[in-house]
Amino acid sequence: MLKGMMKTKLFWPIIVLILILVINLFFDRSFFSIELRNGHLTGSLIDILNRGAPLILISIGMTLVIATKGIDLSVGSIIAMSGAIGAMTVADTASEGSGPLWMAIGLSLIICLVVGGWNGLLVSRVGVQPIVATLILMVAGRGIAQLITGGQITTVYYEPYSFIGGGYLLTLPFSVFIVAFVFLMAVLLTRKTALGLFIESVGSNADASRLAGINSKNIMLMVYMFSGLCAGVAGLILSSNVMSADGNNAGLWFELDAILAVVIGGTSLMGGRFYLMGTVIGALIIQSLTTTIYSIGVPAETNLVVKALVVLVVCLLQSAEFRRKVFGIGKVKPTGEQKGREGVTLS
Amino acid sequence: MAQQLAKLEMKNIVKEFPGVKALSDVQLSLYPGEVHALMGENGAGKSTLIKVLTGVYSIDQGTVTLEGKQVSINSPLKAQELGISTVYQEVNLCSNLSVTENIFIGREIKKYGRLAWKEMNQHAEKLLERLQLNIDVTKLLSSYSVAIQQMVAIARALNVSAKILILDEPTSSLDRDEVQQLFAVMRQLKKDGLAIVFVSHFLDQIYEITDRLTVLRNGEWIGEYKTEAIDRMELVSKMIGKDLAELEAISSKTTDISQSDTLESMLQANEVGLNGKISPFDLELRKGEIYGLAGLLGSGRTEMARVLFGADKADKGKMTINGKDVHFTTPRSAILNKIGFCSENRKTEGIIPELTVRENMILAIQSVYGWFRYLSRAKQMKIAEEYIQLLNIRPANPEQLIKNLSGGNQQKVMLARWLVTNPDLLILDEPTRGIDIGAKTEIMKLMTHLSKENKSILFISSEIEEILRTCDRIAVLRDRKKVQEFDNDRELTQQDLMKEMAGGM
Amino acid sequence: MINRLSLDYKQLPLVATISLFVLMFSFGSLRYTGFFSTQVFLNLFINNAFLIVIAVGMTFVIVSGGIDLSVGSVIALTSMVTASLTMEAQLSPFIVVPISLLVGTVLGVIQGALIHFYNLQPFIVTLAGMFLARGLSYMISVETIAIDHPFFNFMANSQIPVPGGNFISISVVIALIVVFIAMFVAHFTKFGRNVYAIGGSEQSAMLMGLPVARTKILIYTLSGFCASLAGLIFTFYMLSGYGLHANGMELDTIAAVVIGGTLLTGGAGYVAGSVVGVLILGIIQTIIVFEGTLSSWWTKIAIGALLLLFIVLQRVIVWRSEKKHANG
Repeated sequence: MLKGMMKTKLFWPIIVLILILVINLFFDRSFFSIELRNGHLTGSLIDILNRGAPLILISIGMTLVIATKGIDLSVGSIIAMSGAIGAMTVADTASEGSGPLWMAIGLSLIICLVVGGWNGLLVSRVGVQPIVATLILMVAGRGIAQLITGGQITTVYYEPYSFIGGGYLLTLPFSVFIVAFVFLMAVLLTRKTALGLFIESVGSNADASRLAGINSKNIMLMVYMFSGLCAGVAGLILSSNVMSADGNNAGLWFELDAILAVVIGGTSLMGGRFYLMGTVIGALIIQSLTTTIYSIGVPAETNLVVKALVVLVVCLLQSAEFRRKVFGIGKVKPTGEQKGREGVTLS
Repeated sequence: MAQQLAKLEMKNIVKEFPGVKALSDVQLSLYPGEVHALMGENGAGKSTLIKVLTGVYSIDQGTVTLEGKQVSINSPLKAQELGISTVYQEVNLCSNLSVTENIFIGREIKKYGRLAWKEMNQHAEKLLERLQLNIDVTKLLSSYSVAIQQMVAIARALNVSAKILILDEPTSSLDRDEVQQLFAVMRQLKKDGLAIVFVSHFLDQIYEITDRLTVLRNGEWIGEYKTEAIDRMELVSKMIGKDLAELEAISSKTTDISQSDTLESMLQANEVGLNGKISPFDLELRKGEIYGLAGLLGSGRTEMARVLFGADKADKGKMTINGKDVHFTTPRSAILNKIGFCSENRKTEGIIPELTVRENMILAIQSVYGWFRYLSRAKQMKIAEEYIQLLNIRPANPEQLIKNLSGGNQQKVMLARWLVTNPDLLILDEPTRGIDIGAKTEIMKLMTHLSKENKSILFISSEIEEILRTCDRIAVLRDRKKVQEFDNDRELTQQDLMKEMAGGM
Repeated sequence: MINRLSLDYKQLPLVATISLFVLMFSFGSLRYTGFFSTQVFLNLFINNAFLIVIAVGMTFVIVSGGIDLSVGSVIALTSMVTASLTMEAQLSPFIVVPISLLVGTVLGVIQGALIHFYNLQPFIVTLAGMFLARGLSYMISVETIAIDHPFFNFMANSQIPVPGGNFISISVVIALIVVFIAMFVAHFTKFGRNVYAIGGSEQSAMLMGLPVARTKILIYTLSGFCASLAGLIFTFYMLSGYGLHANGMELDTIAAVVIGGTLLTGGAGYVAGSVVGVLILGIIQTIIVFEGTLSSWWTKIAIGALLLLFIVLQRVIVWRSEKKHANG
């Protein structure tokens, strides 16, 4: 039964992903070919994985936030902050030792955790709506990132730093390993502990969860911190990839792509059940869409129109009103509150 | 009076929701210049009937005749056009607008193509004066007390030149003086020829202000009576569905004399209370006893339970459990002290709709364990299957989403959620409401079984018979106060309880 | 009438906004020579005329409890449509201007209808609108289209003298007209009051028999129209069409509206407040320019800090009114 459900949730996203990849084959015969060059696997598929890494990462964080009925608009700015901190820490380093690298990673990630915690506190303790609470850092975070970089695109000459986003391990880009690690951690934490259950419970019915003894405030705090951490890692990858810090443009509009990936992956914006695997596929769809548009030779900016249509279709399919009007499912008006009150008869 | 043409006549009204017949063959007639009470317990169909009358719901069958003409009320707007206005318990106005606006919005006075605020303000002041209210109408509605907001809502209703005014529990958040003020206004309106439908859970008020009343129960029409011609006992028995004769018969069947005096004390509450919710009360629960809270809706029984569970934080008093001082700030702290609580609002405060039966069952025990010590899948399945069998839950599929279960089965899952935690005290707020006889009996049996295992149970029910049949001791609540405590021995009858619940005899 | 001076809690943010503006202007005047002049004040309007216009539209949206993320992209799209119709299709401004104004209006109608009829979240629908409008403007051209046309040059360069030897631009006049119309609509028309009612409680508005559907669609239409008009003003200002124009402008707009005292949860706010909100954003930039050594990112940080301040202020107001209800 559960397997069947998972299948239906993942079915359409997978089909869409395959479809996009197959379309590429018509324009580029060698699209699916992967070859070993200088001990590195190269090819379009590897490229999609590598370039998609930051998006997948923040989408994983975003999935948990959305599962609690929240949203995190600040991830794009956190990416910029993290990249800026990481790059600036090692910008003047001439040595080749790995000390500064750890320093850079540690510093960025700790700050991103704090920043995520700030969002979480505003949402869970102060009671600000998630959109509003994270809007603050969406605006200010980018300013802080620019402050750190001095508004310049600062180039990093410290070689080890390039390993995070540009290095290879066992013939695969290192960023793929990072994504795999974070994904596995997220799956382990949410599915092998009760955390996932609590998150879904809080997102589905926060009042009832409180009465069942769940500390919903802490759960919310935690997911925003995790989202901040994911964005931090993504920021390091992006900045290491180009060996520079760019406070202005790093991570611009990533939050919107991430929300899109989560929604495509089958997690509802109304909170509750979440699908990490679906999210990963959703992010891959968005990344391959971008790649495809490049390879077909359509102006890259058309991407935005396609994305807009995808968002609309997905949301309409999730809307009960739309399904009722179009497919005629569920004729009764879902006035939950009244039904609850008039629950008269019988089992 | 009887010859007078009824202002409004509702006949053979049927309203169904998926799987539930909310109203079956209900009628209601209203005459000009009367206050008509709509009586019934939870789920009787009062609010459905009101929503039908105000156009929020459309009816499946039946006719509505207004002043001799058959009408169909298909929207709130239409109802207003017909002169039917409603004042809801939760004031359904926009508190972010001024008093004047709340009275006029939708039918504003315009002058030279713009809204004429000056005229509207003057008009509003005049309207409110009629209700003996003299306030600054330009201030925001939210700056006034609920009582005044209610008056504003009535003023708005009157401004539509209402013929029929529906007051849905208008008094539940008013104090004594405010209620009297409201009644004065109602008498004035009555004199002006309005028909007023009045819903209240306070029997004193019903007898003070209403002329006639209609009783509903389980979506069925029970009868229409002149208020002065029906006494309290009879009214309460109509509402809860037991004839007087039958009551006598049952009450003599009360079974064993309880030995509860000899039992060890478990929980003690000293002057515990919460401002505006429940007056300070003393309560002692003993190990292995079933303690009943009897009272009409709004009597404070749910509020008392919530305070005991920490769902609402008590602002005065002291509580001890097994002699140890406790202070519950969250439900979690109560749960860690081995208390469980089944809310009466199963949909909003009980089930987690998107989760499965299994997940709903293990939620409370898992929250006790914390997130790191996750019950293994096998253990979860074992628990789920065990309780599905024990409580006879249908469908017997642990992986079914709970929102797809019927009310009775959802209730059993809620019970299972707490049984799994092995609580010392289980608070059950209307666990038998809205479920079939079979499930009811099973739940009652389970309660008796638990008490034999030395567990305490706090049982809230609208059905006096259930309380009398299962409880060892019973407290009666009225007007948010604990007014009386009984030992449930042979002499205690339903009448004794009802007398206390109704009060004023 | 006696207690005119006693403040409603809901008006507190507006009072705070105005005081903040006065404070910042005085700070600038004391610190920098040449700051305290009428022209510096008027320049705030000249440089931010388009922002004032979108903020007006956004105020209605936010007061009704919604949000509109598409406004920045609509400015870009309008500028592209205007530029390409004028320069490539060689159409007269009398045709170009109405068509440009239709761009955002039509998008607004569609967004409003989707939000109301399918019960979709405004956030997501207007997010799609944001992608769509920017994508469409790139599809017209990915390059900048410079405009060189007598009408646009006139609109861009005319200076309207005001007493004291200072001047304003035509755009400022347009923006001020929009502001006055909006203030009238908000407080003296049924539509305006319905917007506030819906923002206060959509359910109550429905039960009171107000035309919720029509009002909600009209709100997004209005916001779309304002965005298009702002797009035109922006085009006068920049004399070009470009897909990257007004990137992120929706955030500035939302920030201006919130700083202007409008509750993000809906139900309370003033058009005039949003105008002051825009002026505050403008004055932050002016101060940074006058300071010389401060960099532009301080604008963002300052806006973020102000957002935080006002959001917390709003929470406190809500808390206090809830408390009052519990006790009252």
